[in-house]
Amino acid sequence: MKTALEQIQKGALEALHAADSVKALDEIRVKFLGKKGELTAILKQMGKLTADERPVIGQLANEVRASIEQHIESRTAELKAAGTAARLKAETIDVTMPGVKRPIGKQHPLNLVLDEIKDIFMGMGFDIAQGPEVEYDYYNFEALNIPKDHPARDTQDTFYITDNILLRTQTSPVQIRTMEQQKPPIRVIAPGRVYRSDAVDATHSPLFHQIEGLVVDKGVTMADLKGTLEIFVKKLYGEDSVVRFRPHHFPFTEPSAELDVQCFSCHGEGCRLCKGEGWIEILGCGMVHPKVLSICGIDPEEYSGFAFGMGLERIVMRRFNIDDLRLFYENDLRFLNQF
Amino acid sequence: MNLSMKWLSDYVKLDDTLAPRAFSEAMTMSGSKVEGYETEGSEIEKVVVGKVLSVEKHPDADKLVVCQVEVGGESPVQIVTGATNVNAGDYVPVCLDGAKLPGGKTIKKGKLRGVVSEGMLCSLGELGLTAHDFPYAIEDGIFILQQEEGAKIEIGLDIQSAIGLNDTCVEFEITSNRPDCLSITGLAREAAVTFDKPLNLPQPEVKHESDDIHDLLSVEVKSPALCPRYVAKAVKNIKVAPSPLWMRERLRACGVRPINNIVDITNYVMLEYGQPMHAFDYKLMQGGKIIVRCAEAGEKIVTLDGVERALTPDMLVIADEKAPTAVAGVMGGEFSGIMDDTNTIVFESACFNGPSVRVTAKKLGMRTEASGRFEKGLDPQTCIPAVLRACELVELLGAGEVMGGIIDIDNSDRTPTRIPLEHDWINRFLGIEVPREEMIRILERLECTVDENDVVTVPSFRADLQHKADIAEEIARFYGYNKIPSTAIRGSAQAQLTGLQKFEKKIGSTLLALGSTEIMTYSFISPKYYDKINLPADSSYRKSIVISNPLGEDTSVMRTTAIPSMLEVLARNYNNRNLSASLFEIATEYVPTEPDKLPEENQKILVGMYGDGADYYALKGIVEELLEVLGGYDCDVIPEKENPTFHPGRCAKLMLGDKPLGILGEIHPAVLENYDIDARVYVAELDETLLYENRAADKEYHPLPKFPATTRDIAVLCDEDLPVLSLRKAIQKAAGKHLDKVELFDVYRGAQVPEGKKSVAYNLSLRSADKTLTDEETGNIMKKVLKALAELGAELRS
Repeated sequence: MKTALEQIQKGALEALHAADSVKALDEIRVKFLGKKGELTAILKQMGKLTADERPVIGQLANEVRASIEQHIESRTAELKAAGTAARLKAETIDVTMPGVKRPIGKQHPLNLVLDEIKDIFMGMGFDIAQGPEVEYDYYNFEALNIPKDHPARDTQDTFYITDNILLRTQTSPVQIRTMEQQKPPIRVIAPGRVYRSDAVDATHSPLFHQIEGLVVDKGVTMADLKGTLEIFVKKLYGEDSVVRFRPHHFPFTEPSAELDVQCFSCHGEGCRLCKGEGWIEILGCGMVHPKVLSICGIDPEEYSGFAFGMGLERIVMRRFNIDDLRLFYENDLRFLNQF
Repeated sequence: MNLSMKWLSDYVKLDDTLAPRAFSEAMTMSGSKVEGYETEGSEIEKVVVGKVLSVEKHPDADKLVVCQVEVGGESPVQIVTGATNVNAGDYVPVCLDGAKLPGGKTIKKGKLRGVVSEGMLCSLGELGLTAHDFPYAIEDGIFILQQEEGAKIEIGLDIQSAIGLNDTCVEFEITSNRPDCLSITGLAREAAVTFDKPLNLPQPEVKHESDDIHDLLSVEVKSPALCPRYVAKAVKNIKVAPSPLWMRERLRACGVRPINNIVDITNYVMLEYGQPMHAFDYKLMQGGKIIVRCAEAGEKIVTLDGVERALTPDMLVIADEKAPTAVAGVMGGEFSGIMDDTNTIVFESACFNGPSVRVTAKKLGMRTEASGRFEKGLDPQTCIPAVLRACELVELLGAGEVMGGIIDIDNSDRTPTRIPLEHDWINRFLGIEVPREEMIRILERLECTVDENDVVTVPSFRADLQHKADIAEEIARFYGYNKIPSTAIRGSAQAQLTGLQKFEKKIGSTLLALGSTEIMTYSFISPKYYDKINLPADSSYRKSIVISNPLGEDTSVMRTTAIPSMLEVLARNYNNRNLSASLFEIATEYVPTEPDKLPEENQKILVGMYGDGADYYALKGIVEELLEVLGGYDCDVIPEKENPTFHPGRCAKLMLGDKPLGILGEIHPAVLENYDIDARVYVAELDETLLYENRAADKEYHPLPKFPATTRDIAVLCDEDLPVLSLRKAIQKAAGKHLDKVELFDVYRGAQVPEGKKSVAYNLSLRSADKTLTDEETGNIMKKVLKALAELGAELRS
């Protein structure tokens, strides 16, 4: 019987070795280990053995079974792996072929940068205010300390609807509307469209965007104005930006200033980009004129504030090196898709 | 305002080592912004004064001569020239080998017809000059130098030093509140404080006077409000001649063309004091009278430029007994200038009301150097020194004899402005700590006085200083803006987008995700755009806000609909051969309300598309997805056949209850023709405000279903023109709360479907939240559904 068992083992292992599919392995299992299999047949004859032989042969039979089972298992794994490998090989594709694109729209570059600017100011606690574009002369000029026939009106060629209604030339009227509606402390920015009678060319448009800012509270100082706007510039243009505040004049702020950033290209030496000045003007700002506070019903002895305004188009043009402002309003997809 | 640095040095002695760049930087930072500067003659190199020793004929050329020119070297240089005005003994500008001229031209040694020429003789033009700069020279020939006063015609000396072509001109941008800085003296004051140097402004003085102006002339000011001060002084026996070199140099450096001594004096004084001057020819003043009055209705004047101008009674004129001779502060009349036979002149040095001059100049369409200055408001106290300076210059130049007496009609308010110096407030306001004494020092340098009670008295030329905030600015300017510390705003503030702002942000991000690209268009359009979208003549959309002074017709009205703006952009993209486009804009429309009231500014969502994948259902899909993301709206879709902009068979109105939420559809082919688009175009417009007002409350969680759904497919036959939305509504109503989902999956026309009918197939999913529906329950629901459909004429297909 021992010989027969060894024969079975040998035969099974040979058959396993030759098997080339999982199905063949299954057949081998049935043939040798199944209920009607060869090993089972042998074991059925165990009763004929002596009591001494029985444990010896029993053990041997178990070893043979274990050996065959183990081989079936390892062979199965081998064949599966080979099958998977073959399938994967057959399924190989050119991974450098272009992907299937899902259509996705692009944000307009002006809004793209505006969102960034809004985020910076919201981070400093500024709400976002809005006001009408068709505006009363009072809000656009008078309340901002620019009476009729004031020479400052000449610098902002105005589109009029009637004598008293115009297209706002600046976002500053939102300052007045905010102060009329809200008690200090006030911290807002007001982005929006403004209109000036400038013929269209590469750097002028009769419609453009400004972002106004206003802070009013007790004890607001010019040092606060500087600190706030320096943070803004560093967040927008990078921590290493160098800024300067240069005296200027606006009728509704006093003292007034313009904020310049040192030219990114020449670092102050003067080049074509900064027209030889070494500095690039970014925004106008100043301490809210006490007269303006009074007009809005805020006591200038108790409160002070600062305001600023900047042109969005110029900031965006500089950001992306765009040389023609008209592109923003032509909306050619070859332009819009670049952002 | 252009500043001659030589002129400035008369009044402020700056360090010799101060380069124009450092000067510009410091002036800019103290508030006088420098736009740029230019040193005259800086482009010229190796051009020197030479003396012509001999002029001989060129051996091989009739039109050339060969000159030997002494230029200070060991031996003379030989120069060949074609000029005919050069003679031995002349002093001339000589370009040596390697010389550079304005415009980047370089002169090299060479041969002309076989004869060596070691350089070139220069004309005025080649040096960048004209006969206005050197009246004694001709323009079409070599510049023959003359030894006039102030010139240094020395052999070998560089030409810039020889003829004073070495001034530096600094260009300032002066803000509208500082008309006093539109003058050399004003900028000298600023420079003196900026560089902390003494200011030396001499009082003009006339040495000899004869006769009296009062015997010649009387002045009457009839409108004192418009003419706070009128000062006149007369000069007789004038001798019109070119001005001396130094005066021409300075005028040139300041960008003013020299004309003759009298005109140059008026310009010189205007630049120096900022006070516009006018010189009248006395013999043309009828009746020996000057009357300052408002124009009479219908009066006309021919101004210096030869144009006849109609005057209106709000315009101030200078008149004689008969007629206006000048528009006050704007421009003189045709015959008010200096003629060849002029003998006696009257200098006018006046102060006119700024706003009045501004309105007059604007109405007449002629902004002049004078009007630009008057309209900013000039100091009446400058009238006298300015006219005395003019007379002083007349004497200095020998241009005439100054007459005695002065006419001075002074209605100006001489009360000086007094402002308290609140030194603590200024420090708190600026965030600095500057001692009171330092503030007083700065103010006194600015020619303010501060009394023992800390009251600041402002000099008359600083009308811009009116408030303590103005004083704070003066302190800040000279303390240094950049020395003020930078601090963070105190106090806390919470910022948050408003509900509407968040809503708008969501609209934008959803449309981007749906493949639409954002555009931005002008808010003003041409009224013709309404024709282009086929709006009927009586459409209320044609009632726009109209701009009274538009740049042009195509930006003359505020749009009442943004659809034409979208179509313009689609057309531009189509014509630029962009094969397909899907665009959106959150656009404002401006709807007039009452006269003299502001219009409503309504936010609309515009979506437009053409090309690959664009059709009505693609557009509707975008709209539906957007509405879904925004919270789901129970809106009705109604076929719209009347809107002339859209295809009558492919357009729908969206209604939210009885309110129009928007419109979507294919653009009418006739409209597309107006836009030159040869493709189908689809546009939707939705009302953002209405969407926002009817937005769903915050999202609510529903538990996931515990019981399985039962699905049923049905196909019904109905009339071709029955909108499927009505079938869907009938199914929803009939199936009730157990309807989990209903989806249209097929619409079929053709074989087995009768003519004029269509087959519509739906997949229904039915589910109960608390049990599995039985066959009987499902069957009952389906019966109700089929009954409801049958009522619409939709029969189950067998």
